[in-house]
Amino acid sequence: MKQLTDLKLKVWRQAGPEVDGYFESHTVDKVSDEASFLEMLDQLNERLIGEGKEAVVFDHDCREGICGTCSLMINGQAHGPQRATTTCQLHMRTFKSGDEIVIEPWRAAAFPIIKDLMVDRSSFDRIVEAGGFITAPTGGAPDANLILVPKPVADAAMDSAACIGCGACVAACPNGAASLFTGAKISHLNVLPQGQSERYKRAEAMVHAMDDQFGSCTNHGECSAACPKEISLDVIALMNSDFRKSKSKNRKALSRG
Amino acid sequence: MAQTITRPSGSREPVTGTALSPRKKRSFLADLYSTAVGKKYVMAISGIALMGFVLFHMIGNLKMYFGAYELNHYAEFLKELLYPLAPKGAVLWILRGGLLAMLVLHLHAAWSLTVMNRHARPVKYQSPRDYEVANFASRTMRYSGMIVLSFLIWHLLDLTFGVVNTVGADGTFVREEVYQNVVRSLGRWPIAAFYILANLLLGIHLRHGAWSIFQSLGWNNPRFNAWRWAFATGFAAVVVVGNVSFPIAVLLGIVKV
Amino acid sequence: MSTVLNAKVPAGALRDKWDNYKADAKLVNPNNKRKFKVIVVGTGLAGASAAATLAELGYQVDAFTFHDSARRAHSIAAQGGINAAKNYQGDGDSINRLFVDTIKGGDFRSRESNVHRLAQVSVDIIDQMVAQGVPFAREYGGMLDNRSFGGAQVSRTFYARGQTGQQLLLGAYQQLSRQIGLGGVRLFNRTELVDIVVIDGRCGGIVVRDLLTGEITSHAAHAVVMATGGYGNVYFLSTNAMNCNVTAAWRAHRRGAMFANPSFTQIHPTCIPQSDESQSKLTLMSESLRNDGRVWVPKNADDSRPAGQIPENERDYYLERLYPSYGNLAARDVSSRAAKRLVDKGHGVGPLKNGVNLDFSAAIARLGRKVVEERYGNLFQMYERIAGEDPYSTPMRIYPATHYTMGGLWVDYELGTTIPGLYAAGEANFSDHGANRLGASALMQGLADGYFVLPYTISNGLAPLLNKPVPSTDHPAFVQAETEARERFGAYLDIKGTRSPDWFHRELGKIIWDYCGMERTQQGLEKALSELPALYAEFKKDLRVTGSGENVNQTLEKAGRVDDFFQLGMLMCRDALDRQESCGAHFRSEYQTDDGEALRDDENFCHVSAYDWTGDPMAAELVKEPLVYETAHLATRSYK
Repeated sequence: MKQLTDLKLKVWRQAGPEVDGYFESHTVDKVSDEASFLEMLDQLNERLIGEGKEAVVFDHDCREGICGTCSLMINGQAHGPQRATTTCQLHMRTFKSGDEIVIEPWRAAAFPIIKDLMVDRSSFDRIVEAGGFITAPTGGAPDANLILVPKPVADAAMDSAACIGCGACVAACPNGAASLFTGAKISHLNVLPQGQSERYKRAEAMVHAMDDQFGSCTNHGECSAACPKEISLDVIALMNSDFRKSKSKNRKALSRG
Repeated sequence: MAQTITRPSGSREPVTGTALSPRKKRSFLADLYSTAVGKKYVMAISGIALMGFVLFHMIGNLKMYFGAYELNHYAEFLKELLYPLAPKGAVLWILRGGLLAMLVLHLHAAWSLTVMNRHARPVKYQSPRDYEVANFASRTMRYSGMIVLSFLIWHLLDLTFGVVNTVGADGTFVREEVYQNVVRSLGRWPIAAFYILANLLLGIHLRHGAWSIFQSLGWNNPRFNAWRWAFATGFAAVVVVGNVSFPIAVLLGIVKV
Repeated sequence: MSTVLNAKVPAGALRDKWDNYKADAKLVNPNNKRKFKVIVVGTGLAGASAAATLAELGYQVDAFTFHDSARRAHSIAAQGGINAAKNYQGDGDSINRLFVDTIKGGDFRSRESNVHRLAQVSVDIIDQMVAQGVPFAREYGGMLDNRSFGGAQVSRTFYARGQTGQQLLLGAYQQLSRQIGLGGVRLFNRTELVDIVVIDGRCGGIVVRDLLTGEITSHAAHAVVMATGGYGNVYFLSTNAMNCNVTAAWRAHRRGAMFANPSFTQIHPTCIPQSDESQSKLTLMSESLRNDGRVWVPKNADDSRPAGQIPENERDYYLERLYPSYGNLAARDVSSRAAKRLVDKGHGVGPLKNGVNLDFSAAIARLGRKVVEERYGNLFQMYERIAGEDPYSTPMRIYPATHYTMGGLWVDYELGTTIPGLYAAGEANFSDHGANRLGASALMQGLADGYFVLPYTISNGLAPLLNKPVPSTDHPAFVQAETEARERFGAYLDIKGTRSPDWFHRELGKIIWDYCGMERTQQGLEKALSELPALYAEFKKDLRVTGSGENVNQTLEKAGRVDDFFQLGMLMCRDALDRQESCGAHFRSEYQTDDGEALRDDENFCHVSAYDWTGDPMAAELVKEPLVYETAHLATRSYK
C-alpha cells in the first residue's frame, strides 16, 4: 500500500439545475493508492463537512460496478482513464502524486444536472418504458425448457444485456447520442426467440423514444470505448437494421420469418 | 451555463403513462426521414451513390494516360449513353440530376443531424475532452465535407462550365477539349495543390463514410466486420491515389498537351 | 401486553397448504381491482415484480424508490444464481429436496409452511423469467444450464454469467417499466420513505421525503408493501450498496410492525479482504467461485512466502479436510467461521494477513484457462480491478463479510406484518431463510414473494375493503407523521456538532462487527449494549450535517439512516444476547460442540424472536413464535 500525495482536484459545483456552476479547487494531501476514486471523494467530503462546508453531491451506490449509479467525467473521460471500468471501480493506483484531476458531471440535454455532479438519467427509463420489455404477464409462462435458445444466441443476448445504464455512452458521445444504450437494450431482447413477437414494435418504439431526447450516432465509437461493460458497436447496427424493417415489414406475416 | 431541467421546479410529479401518447401517422418515407436513424440511412444511401460517382469519375479520368483522343472520346461517350435509344445527353442529364438530388439529400441530412446534435448537448464540457477512439476522420466529417463541397463547386466552374478557367488556345474555354482543359488547369501549381488537398480530404471523408455505411444501414455480421474497415480504407485509397496522380502527372510533364 | 403471533398457516398437509390457501383466498373482481390503491416501497426484485404484477392485475399501484431508477436496486449486485427445483439435470432434485435443504441450511429456524411454498413456486419463477427474456446460461442444445452451489448436493442453480441478479432485476424492471409506460404504475423516484401511518389499527399509507426538494408528503393506500431490502449496512463495512438502509422497515417497526430475528445476519465467506482503513465497502466475490476454486491457508502460521512458492504438502485445504462430503461447498456460515478461526490463529494471507486463498490453479489445469474464463471471467476481472492482482496466476484472497440479513419485519403466511394492510417482501421480511440463507436463494425468495405470493395474499386482504375509500391524507395521523418527519430532519441540521454521519456510522459498525458479527459472546454483547447507548447519545449531541434540507443533501439522508441503524443495532445485540444457543449464522462461543460447530438448543430456542416497539429499542418486548416441524426432522446440521 502506497500513499498518493498532493492531488489537485478541480470539482464541478452547481447548486441546482437552474443556476450557474463553476469549478472548485481542492488539494488532497494524502490518499492510499488502494482507495477507490469514490473513496477519495468520500474523504474530501469528510473534510468539507469538518470545515462546515457542504459535501460534494455525486451519485453512487453499489460500488462494485454493476448498479450503474456512479458517473463522472474524469479528466475528459467518462468513468476516468481505465477501460471497462466504472468510476467506483477505478482505483487511485491509476493516478500518481501531484496529478491534477478534473471532475465534471455528464453533460447532455437529456441528462440535466440536479446538483454538483449528480445528473438525472430518467431519459433512459423513458426509452425502456416505450418498448424495452417482453410482454409476459405473470403466471402464463410455459416451461422454461420449451423455449430453446442456442448457446451463441444466449451469449449474444447476455453481451448486450450486460449494459448497466450508467450513461457513459451518452456522456462520451460527441453528439450526446444514446444509440449504444438503446441498441444494447434492443439487441438483448431482439435476438432471443422470446423477443420475436414484439421485435419490430420494440425497435420502432424505442428508437422513437430515443430520438425525442438524444443526439444522433455518427459512428465515432467513443460510446463503446467508454462503456464499462464494453458493449460492441454491433448493437447499433442491429438497432438500425431492425428499425428500418420495423417501418417496412408486413407485421401480419411476422411468423413466416 | 445552467443546464435546464425539463420539469418545473416545486412539487415533482410521478412518472406514469409515458408510452401512451400515440405518434403522428406519416407516410413511410416521411416517417423514416423524421428520425435520426432514418436520416442516417439517407446519409448512407446518398453516400453510396456519391461514392459510385467518385469511383467512376476517377476511372474515366485514367483515360488521360492514353492521350487526348481517348479522354475526349470518353467524354463524348458519356453524352451518348444509351443513344440512340435515348436522345443524346439525356441519360447523362438524368444521372446528373440524380447525383445532384443525392448531394442535396446528403447535405440536408447532415445539416439537420448537426442541428439535432447541438441541441443534444447545449452546454459543452467545461474541461478538455480526451477522446479515446474517435479519430481525425470521424471528428472532421463536417469540415472535410464542406471543403470537398467547395472544391466540387470550384471544380465544376473550372472544368465543366469553364467560368473560372478560361485558358483555351485563344484564351477561352473549349468544352470539347476535356484533355487540354485538364492539363492547362492542373499545370499551374496553386490549382494543383488545392486539387491535391481537396482529394486528400475527400479520402479522409470517404474512409469514415464508407465504414459508416455498414453501421448506418445495419449491415453487420461479426464474421465479416473486419472487412468493413479494409473496404473503407481500400476504397478511399484507390480514389485518392487515382485522383491525386493526375495533377502530379501533369506537373511532372508525364501528361502534357 | 401479551401479544400472540398468528402466522395464519393454512390447514392441510404441508404440500397442500399453498393450494388450499389459493383455493380459499378471496378474490377481487377484475372491474373492482382498479378501485384499490396499493403502495409498493422499493423496486428491487420483490418490489418491482410485485408492483408490475399487481398493476397487470388492474390495481392502481404507486411505486417508490430512493434511486433515480428502479434498475439500480441492490438486487442487481447478486452474482451467482437463482435456485429452482426444476431437476433439469436429472440429479435427484425435487421440491421436497429444495425445501429440506433450505430448512436445513437455515438451521431449523424458519417456518416450514413458508419455505415449502417457496420451493413450490421456485419452478414458476424460472419459467416466468425466461419468458421475460432473461438470458440464462444455456447448453449447446439450447436447454438451460445449471451449476451447483453451497449447501446443496444437486445442480439446481440457474445463472446468467456472474450477473444473475442484474439480469433478473432487469427482467422485473422491464415488466415494471412496461406498466409505468402503460399508466398502471406511478413511479416516484428519488423519494425515500420516512414514516408509515396507521389509522384505526390499519396501515393507511406512508410519508415520504423527496430527496431532490426535501419536500415531505403523504400517500394513502388500501395496502402497503415494504420491499425495502436488508440492513447489513448496520456494520458499516458490508457488501451492501452504500444506500441500503433499514429506515423503511424500522419506521414500520416503530409504528407497530414486529421485527423478527434481528441478530440473524449472514456473513458471506467469499469477499475481498479489507485493504485499508478508509475503505467504504467490501466487495463480494460470488460463492459460485467455490465450485472450482479450492480454499487453503499455509499450514505454518508464520509462512509469508507468496502462494506459488508454498509446496502442496505445506498447504491446508481446510474445508476439504473438515467437511469431506461438501468440501469447498460447505454452507456459508460454516465456511466463514472456519476462515475466521484460521485467520485468528495467524494463518491469514495477504499484506494484512486478513484473508485465505481461493486457488484456481487446479481448475485451470483441469478445464483449461478458457473454460475458467468463460465461467468466471467477469469476477476475475472485478477482482483484478480491486485487488490489483491477477487471479489466473495467483490465488484470490478472500475473507468473510456481512452480506445478507435473514432477520426483518415479522410476517405471517400471507407476508402480512403485524400491522394489518402492511406487507413485507424479499429481504425486508424475516421469513424463509431461518438462521442462515443458502446461496442463490435470495433472488428466489424476492421473486417468489413479488410475483407469486403477494398478488394472491393482497387480493385476499383487499377483498373485504371493497368500496371503502383510502384514508384522506389530511387525517390527523398523516399530519402528525409529516410534522414529526419534518422536525426529525430539521433536528439533524440543528445539532451543529462536530462529527459527520459517516463517522458515527463507522464507529457504530465497529461495535456491531466486533460483538455481534461472526462470533458472539455474552460478555461482548453486554459490552456492546453498554457502549451503543452512549455513542447514540453522542450522535444526538455532536452530529454535524452541513447544507440545507431544501435540496439534495446526501449528508442529511445519511444522518436519518444512521439514526435508525443505531436503534436497530441495539435491538440486534439484545436479540443475540437473548438467544443462548448457536444456530446458523448466529454463533455464540459459549454454545459449541467439541469440534467447534454450532450447538443448537431446540428445547428452549426453537422459535422466532419477534420484537414489539415500546419506545426504546433497549426495552423492546420479546414475543415468541414457536416453530413446529411436522415434515422436516429436527437434526443436527452437518456438512461433514
